[in-house]
Amino acid sequence: MSELAKYNEVAEEFATEELVLNMGPQHPSTHGVLRVVLKLDGEIVTDLDCDIGYLHRGVEKICEHRTYAMIAPYFDRTDYVAAVSNGLCYVETVEKAMGIEVPPRAQYLRVALTELSRISSHLLWLGTHAMDVGAMTIFLWAFREREEILKIFENFFGARLTCHAFRIGGMSYDAYEGFEQEVKQFCDRFPTRLAEMEQMLNSNRIWLSRTVGVGIISAEDAIDLGLTGACLRGSGIEWDIRKAHPYECYSELEFDIPYGENGDTYDRYLVRMEEMRQARRIVIQTIDKLPTGAVTAARVPKVLKPPAGDYYHSNESPKGELGIYLVSDGSTQPVRLRIRPPCFVNLQALKKMCVGRLYADVVAVIGTLDIVLGEVDR
Amino acid sequence: MLTTDILIEWLVKIGVVFFILMTAIAYVVLLERRLLGFIQMRLGPNRVGPFGLLQPLADGLKFLFKEDIVPLEADKALYVLAPMIALVPALMTISVIPFGDKIVILGREIALHITSVNVGLLVVFALTSLGVYGIALAGWSSNSKYSLMGGLRSSAQLISYELALSLSVVGVIIFSGSLDLVEVVKQQNSFWLGFIPKWNIFTQPIGFLIFLIAAIAETNRVPFDLPEAETELVAGFHTEYSSMKFAMFFIAEYANMVTASSMATLLFLGGWYGPFVDKFPLLGPIYFSLKILFFLFLYIWLRGTLPRFRYDQLMRFGWKFLIPVALANVVLVAGLALLIY
Repeated sequence: MSELAKYNEVAEEFATEELVLNMGPQHPSTHGVLRVVLKLDGEIVTDLDCDIGYLHRGVEKICEHRTYAMIAPYFDRTDYVAAVSNGLCYVETVEKAMGIEVPPRAQYLRVALTELSRISSHLLWLGTHAMDVGAMTIFLWAFREREEILKIFENFFGARLTCHAFRIGGMSYDAYEGFEQEVKQFCDRFPTRLAEMEQMLNSNRIWLSRTVGVGIISAEDAIDLGLTGACLRGSGIEWDIRKAHPYECYSELEFDIPYGENGDTYDRYLVRMEEMRQARRIVIQTIDKLPTGAVTAARVPKVLKPPAGDYYHSNESPKGELGIYLVSDGSTQPVRLRIRPPCFVNLQALKKMCVGRLYADVVAVIGTLDIVLGEVDR
Repeated sequence: MLTTDILIEWLVKIGVVFFILMTAIAYVVLLERRLLGFIQMRLGPNRVGPFGLLQPLADGLKFLFKEDIVPLEADKALYVLAPMIALVPALMTISVIPFGDKIVILGREIALHITSVNVGLLVVFALTSLGVYGIALAGWSSNSKYSLMGGLRSSAQLISYELALSLSVVGVIIFSGSLDLVEVVKQQNSFWLGFIPKWNIFTQPIGFLIFLIAAIAETNRVPFDLPEAETELVAGFHTEYSSMKFAMFFIAEYANMVTASSMATLLFLGGWYGPFVDKFPLLGPIYFSLKILFFLFLYIWLRGTLPRFRYDQLMRFGWKFLIPVALANVVLVAGLALLIY
C-alpha cells in the first residue's frame, strides 16, 4: 500500500465534519426568538445564518386597516424595550404629513420621556450584554436603575412596558404632579450608579479580553450594511438623526454625540455608556427649560386624513435610525406603512462580525448589536 | 488488627463526615444564593424558614419530585452512570482530608480524619481527575450538541489546569517532604519570630495563587465555568439532565468546591492550626471550617464579580501563563528550601 493510500485511509477513518448548531429560537442569549444556524468547526464559527420571523405579527399590514389614531399603539409593541421613542416616531410622521405644529411644552415633555426611555433601553442592553459575557451582577444592577425609570413611566403613562402617551398633535395628557422632581431625583442618582457599573467592567481584564477586538466592523462595512445607532457610531462615524435632522426641540438642547474608533464590541459599549450620560444631560435641560402652556396642538382635526402623497420620517431610537415610510391616498387609513427597523438592519452585521471567530463571540456580538426581536420581526 | 471497635469508629466517622459534608454542601448553596443576592442588591431566598434556612430542604424535595427525563436518543446506560461517576469521587476525596488533630472522646483517642494515607495528596488528585469522566460522559451520552460541547470543553479544561495544579503543589511537597496531608499540615505548625505562623502561603505566595486559580478552573466555577456556560451552551453538559440526576452534578460541583477549599487550607493556610489549638484540640475543626469558609466566600465573590473567559483565552492562560509560572515557581521554591533548611 502506498503512503498516499495509507494516509487517505487514516484520513477517512478520522474524518471530521462541521457541527451544525441550532442556536435558538429558545436560547438564553439570543434576546428573544432569534434562531441562528451555526456551522462550527470545533469552537470556531465557519458560517452562520439568521432565521427570523418567530415573532412576526404583521404590524405593517394591520396598519393598512386601521385609522391613523388607532395605529399609534401598535408602535409601542414593535420595539417593546423602547416603546416611547417608537411611538414618538409614528406620531411625528403623521404630524409631518398633516403639517401639525406641536406646542413647545409637549415637545419638551416628549424629548424628556424619549431620552429617559433611551436610558432604560440602554440599561437593558447593558444588563443583558454583560450577562451574555458572564457578568451576572451587572444585569441586576442595571435592572435596578431601569426600575426607577419604569416607575416614572408607570406614573406618567399608566404602563411600564407598552408606554403610550403621545398623541398626534401633542400629548394625551400633561405631566403628573411631581414628575419634574422625580426625574431630577433620578438624574441626581444616576451618574454614581452608572460609574459603579463601569467600575465593574472597564478595568476588568476578562471583560476587556472578551470585548476588545471582538465583532469588528469597519466604517465602510457599517455604511454598506446600513447600520445605524451605536453600531455605526462605534465604527467612528458621527451620524445621529438628533443632530443631522433635528426633530422636536433637539436643536435647542446641548448634547454631544459619542463615537468610537475601532468598531469593536468594546467601542460600542463605550458609546452606549456615554449616550446614557448625554441622555441624562438632555433630560436635565428639558426639565429646567420646560415651558408652560398647552400640550396639544390647537387645530388637530377629529378625523385624521393626511393629504395624498408619500412621507418619510425617521428619528434616533435607542437602537438606531427608526424610519417610517407612509403612503397616503387622502383617506382615513394609510395605503402602505413601512417601518425601517434599526434592529433588523443591524442584525445583518452578525454574519460579518462572527464568521471565523469563536462560538462565545457570537453571544457577545448578539448582545452588542442590541436587537429586539419584536422590532426585527414586526 | 481490625477489631470491632475500630470498625465502629470508622463507620461513625464516615457517617458523621458524610452528614457534615452533605449539610455543608446544602448550606453553601444557600450561602451562595444569599451572598449573591447581597452583592446584586436583592434579597435572595429568605422565605422558607428563618432567613431562608430551610431553603436547602425545599430545594432537595423539589429535585426529588421533578420528572426524571432521559432523552430518546441518549445512550441510556452512560447517561444514568455519568452523574454517579461525577458524584462518587467528589464525595470520596473527603475521606483522606484531615480536619483536626487527635482528640480524646470517652477516653479514646480519635484522629480527626477518616483515613490517613501516606500518599493522601495523590489520592485527592486522582479522585478529582476521575470526576471529569462523569462530565465528559454526560456530555457525550446526552446526544445533544450543547452537552457535547460542554463535555469537550470540560475535558480540555481539566487536562490543561490539572498540570498547573499539580505543579503548584510541588513546592509544598518540597517543604514538607511528604505526600501525607497530616504531615503537610504539621510541618506548618511553628512560628517565625514567635508570631508569624509558618504557613506555606508566606513562603510560596505564587504557588498559592496558581493553586487557587487552577482549583477554581478545576471545579468549573466562574470565571472558568465554560463547560456549563449558560449563555452560550444553555447549561453545557447537564442541559438534558433533570431531577436527582441534575442534583447529583450539582452536589458534585459543590463537593468539589469544598474539597478544593480544604486542599487550599491544608496545603497553604496551615490546616487546622490557629491560636490555642494545642491546648484545646477541638478548636482545630473550627479553624479549619473558618478557613474553608473564606475560600468558599471567595468562590461566590468571584461569581458575583467576573465575566467568563472565552475558550481560547482559557487555554492560552492555562498553557502559556500558568504552567510556565508554575514551573518557575518550582525552581524558586526549591532554591528557597535549600536556604531555609
